[in-house]
Amino acid sequence: MTTMNAVLAAGGPELHPQAAEGVQSVAWLLIALPLAGAAILLLSGRRTNKWGHLLGTAMSLGAFVVGLLAFFQMLGQDAEGRSRLVHLFPFISAGSLKVDMNLLVDPLSISFVLLITGVGSLIHIYSIGYMSHDPDRRRFFAYLNLFVAAMLLLVLADNYVGLYIGWEGVGLASYLLIGFWQYKPSAATAAKKAFIVNRVGDFGLSVAIMVMFATFGSLSYQDVFGQASQASQGTITAIGLLLLLGACGKSAQLPLQSWLLDAMEGPTPVSALIHAATMVTAGVYLIVRSHAIFELSPDAQLLVTIVGVATLLAGAIIGCAKDDIKKALAGSTMSQIGYMVLAAGLGRPGYVFAIAHLIAHGFFKAGMFLGAGSVMHAMNDDVNMRKYGGLRKVMPITFATFGLGYLAIIGFPGLSGWWTKDGIIDAAFEKGGTSGQILGWLALIGAGITAYYMSRLMFMTFFGEPRWDEDVHPHESPKVMTVPLILLAIGSVAGGAFLILGDRFAKFLAPVVGEPEAAHKLVTPYTAIVFALMVVGVGLAYVQYLRRPVPRTAPAGNPAVTFARKDLYGDALNESLLMRPGQWLTRLTVYFDNRGVDGLVNGLAAFIGGTSGRVRRVQTGFVRSYALSMFVGAALVVGALFLVRI
Amino acid sequence: MLTALIAIPAVGALLVALLPKGRDALAKQVALGVTLVVAVLSIVMAVQFKTDGARFQFTEKYWWIKQFGVHYAVGVDGVALVLILLSTILVPLVVLASWTEAGRSGGVDTPPKRSVKTYMALLLSLEAMMVGVFAATDVFLFYVFFEAMLIPVYFIIGSYGGAQRSYAAVKFLLYSLFGGLLMLAAVIGLYVVSANAGHGTFLFDELRNLHIAPTTAKWLFLGFFIAFAIKAPLVPFHTWLPDAAGQAPAGAAVLIVGVLDKVGTFGMLRFCLELFPGASKWFTPVVLTLSVVGIVYGAVLAIGQVDIKRLIAYTSVSHFGFITLGIFAMTSSGQSGATLYMVNHGFSTGALFLLAGFMISRRGSARIDAYGGVQKVAPLLAGTFLVAGLSGLSLPGLSSFVSEFMVLVGTFSRYKVPAVIATVGIILAAIYILWMYQRTMNGPTAEAVKGMKDLSKRELIVVAPILAIIVALGFYPKPVLDAINPSVKQTLVQVHKQDPKPTVAEKGSHQ
Repeated sequence: MTTMNAVLAAGGPELHPQAAEGVQSVAWLLIALPLAGAAILLLSGRRTNKWGHLLGTAMSLGAFVVGLLAFFQMLGQDAEGRSRLVHLFPFISAGSLKVDMNLLVDPLSISFVLLITGVGSLIHIYSIGYMSHDPDRRRFFAYLNLFVAAMLLLVLADNYVGLYIGWEGVGLASYLLIGFWQYKPSAATAAKKAFIVNRVGDFGLSVAIMVMFATFGSLSYQDVFGQASQASQGTITAIGLLLLLGACGKSAQLPLQSWLLDAMEGPTPVSALIHAATMVTAGVYLIVRSHAIFELSPDAQLLVTIVGVATLLAGAIIGCAKDDIKKALAGSTMSQIGYMVLAAGLGRPGYVFAIAHLIAHGFFKAGMFLGAGSVMHAMNDDVNMRKYGGLRKVMPITFATFGLGYLAIIGFPGLSGWWTKDGIIDAAFEKGGTSGQILGWLALIGAGITAYYMSRLMFMTFFGEPRWDEDVHPHESPKVMTVPLILLAIGSVAGGAFLILGDRFAKFLAPVVGEPEAAHKLVTPYTAIVFALMVVGVGLAYVQYLRRPVPRTAPAGNPAVTFARKDLYGDALNESLLMRPGQWLTRLTVYFDNRGVDGLVNGLAAFIGGTSGRVRRVQTGFVRSYALSMFVGAALVVGALFLVRI
Repeated sequence: MLTALIAIPAVGALLVALLPKGRDALAKQVALGVTLVVAVLSIVMAVQFKTDGARFQFTEKYWWIKQFGVHYAVGVDGVALVLILLSTILVPLVVLASWTEAGRSGGVDTPPKRSVKTYMALLLSLEAMMVGVFAATDVFLFYVFFEAMLIPVYFIIGSYGGAQRSYAAVKFLLYSLFGGLLMLAAVIGLYVVSANAGHGTFLFDELRNLHIAPTTAKWLFLGFFIAFAIKAPLVPFHTWLPDAAGQAPAGAAVLIVGVLDKVGTFGMLRFCLELFPGASKWFTPVVLTLSVVGIVYGAVLAIGQVDIKRLIAYTSVSHFGFITLGIFAMTSSGQSGATLYMVNHGFSTGALFLLAGFMISRRGSARIDAYGGVQKVAPLLAGTFLVAGLSGLSLPGLSSFVSEFMVLVGTFSRYKVPAVIATVGIILAAIYILWMYQRTMNGPTAEAVKGMKDLSKRELIVVAPILAIIVALGFYPKPVLDAINPSVKQTLVQVHKQDPKPTVAEKGSHQ
């Protein structure tokens, strides 16, 4: 009854999922298949080298099929029947703490399932070609499978503990894959950095979970969201801010953004799957999933939007200054996730666009990363765009698919990004008030910068005169790599329209996040402004990078360019504020422990019996002195006892 | 049953010690056989243990020294049961890990050709005492085992340790003796109190119901607590541990840090809390402070270490902070989590020490900077080391996560600030583990590491069961929790503490 009241008070949708039936009741297969793949590939050793990559791909595809079947089954249900619980096993139980391993199959989780397994499978296929010369290809596929399993647990869990396990599981997979070429010190350092920065975010998520348990006595979504309205405002805001900290770590949002650019040390398919399409969007999932919390705290929501806008601008500015094609794309990923976070912070009008943009981004950004990988293959793994140029003629398929992704991300009318990003900008203005205006205009400016840096990337890579090194002979990639590119390009073109037209996706997600009050208007006054800014951005890049020749070495820029090249001094800030003081603290503590605590003890020991120089005497005499000291000590305490009595 | 578990390794120790000189192979085989039998028996006992039965099961009770009311009384509750299992599973693996000369030495400077059979006999006698100390339900008997354990450890470190073995061994002994002394005084004091109450006894069950004047209880609590805090070890009583673990052979380090130290935390839970509930509550703020300091301080120290074994030892100081935090949070989740943590820490630190030992025995140095790029030449070693390390940083999906999570959640529901500070430990843990891993395993292969052999079959057999347990308990901790929970419930009843209600529910009840 209280739950019902709470739901009514929050104005949220129904929170009582029914038990799953049919294919959905074996939704655990989604996780079990790739997990089994990872286990087999890791434990079998070299025996599976020959066909390990095929097994890994098959497991991912298998999960995709299960996901599709579950999705179609869901479509056959009415709104109430679309959230289904799969009971697995009791996980933790002690006193009042009870956590069960259950899966929640609902419209939100199934959207992610399809994205993860669909794009994931394409990237598995692509990797068969991309990693074909790597001696450790089997291990690579094992880690990819591990990632898919963990990511699916993250989105399918029906409680925060399961989510947290998946959350750290994807962090592990990310660590292993960024450091896949661990013999390179830069890769090993980047991997470690990613994990540790993520742990800072996880600190927030952990504490959020503790607060939730102390407040609600449960950690399942159903109980937490159902009782959220009964908790005090301060508690809810605290939970919201702590969740936001977790989201910032995983989704590379300010101030925990610094790891993502370094993460590009990993093989390119990893950048596409984990650091563009799926894992880094987990923060957006967390916020949208926890919408019942955020909706009760305008302060937390406001901070979410601020973080989103700040990051979307920071990422875009970084993207403008990078000559490394992967780092330019990484800056862009940060920025695009900033849009999603902004949308997630806008409440009900924003959720649909947050997730729709997330899915569209999954297509076009994964496609562009894989395209970048295809280019790198052609250029002997060089990532410097200043040594590219004119590749459109030699790599027509890569060019065409990359070009469609490019048009999608800059928001060319009709393509995916146009539908979803414009929706976010509109939602920001719709928020109203000064904050709505500021957020909206900043998001608009971000769209212009996006058009600029993506055009710069496009022109430097595919247009203009070739600036290749002498021993480079570019060629188109094999079919196993181009087919996934083509499929992702189709998604980049049509995904947005499919989701947004007729409010299709809004209606689909409504049972989870509620329905927006007003139907989405396709064309608003801002649409024209966005378009104009896009043209300006493209034009500027055209003047700078196509009309003029691109120098092979980067010219010394003004301070603003240096600022952007150095990732807005994020690393320098971390180093001077955290790392250096940390190192000093560590040294000091070790010194203190050796000289202070231990020194004191040693000095005391030397004073009493003499240890260092006279070890032998203590050893021989120890039985006697032991007996004596035992006796004396016992006598003292017994004496004390009698004294106390008197 | 329990007596058999104590007697079999004890007899085995005698048997091995009496073997003629030169029969090293036989000594090893007998030791392995005996420890395997003990392991199997203890598993049989665990299966027969009824989680819904009486608190103490497999009890035995005989007069030992009637004049002083001393019994030979043994029995296990869920907590003791899982700790005995931890010990009996680890010991045969340690025996197997100590199969070679290198496996039995604490460093390059260990004098060669130390007696094999003495080493095995010491391990076996240690096993007997470990089982005894967890099984004893007579406080005096507990004390005897508690002190007797020192002797085999002292000789193992002193004879088989690294360059500074004498220093480490004596330091270990002095610390432990000091603690033991205080505890003896408290044990005697306890007897005096019970005698004054009309019936002198050392039996846990009877002492549990004894009314002790608050001031006296505080003093007695301190006697026990300091002894346990040294053993555990809690900051600031920790400095013996890095020396002992750093100098001891890897196998012995497993038992010292993995099992022996648990006697301290076990003692706090069983004796401090239950015999002196009032005093325990009175001292709680102090203990919580020390725990939190230990978590952060131990972790920072671990980051700064240059020696692999000392690093692992300091991580344990941090982890013991979590365990004592959970115990003194006085919530079911905290205490069950702390007990589970004892088990999990035993396995994960055990695996870390064993693998570090295998690596050190190949290279002949325990310094981190003596390595680099090991993964390229010994992928199995690196892979298993990573799994053990990840368990050390409590990665979800591996066993330590469950216990750390329970401790933190259980602590937060009563003590918010300590829990939040303790959570910083999860960031520091990532730093100390992954940084060590990067420096030893990643990067270009160091010249001195080239040609390093990967894990042998024997070594793989040693670590595989531990890693399997770590993964299994990470996903399905229920069997262990089912055994622990009833005992923890009893402890909480004894200290008159109930779990805090969720604040939402509380608000509802006030309306």
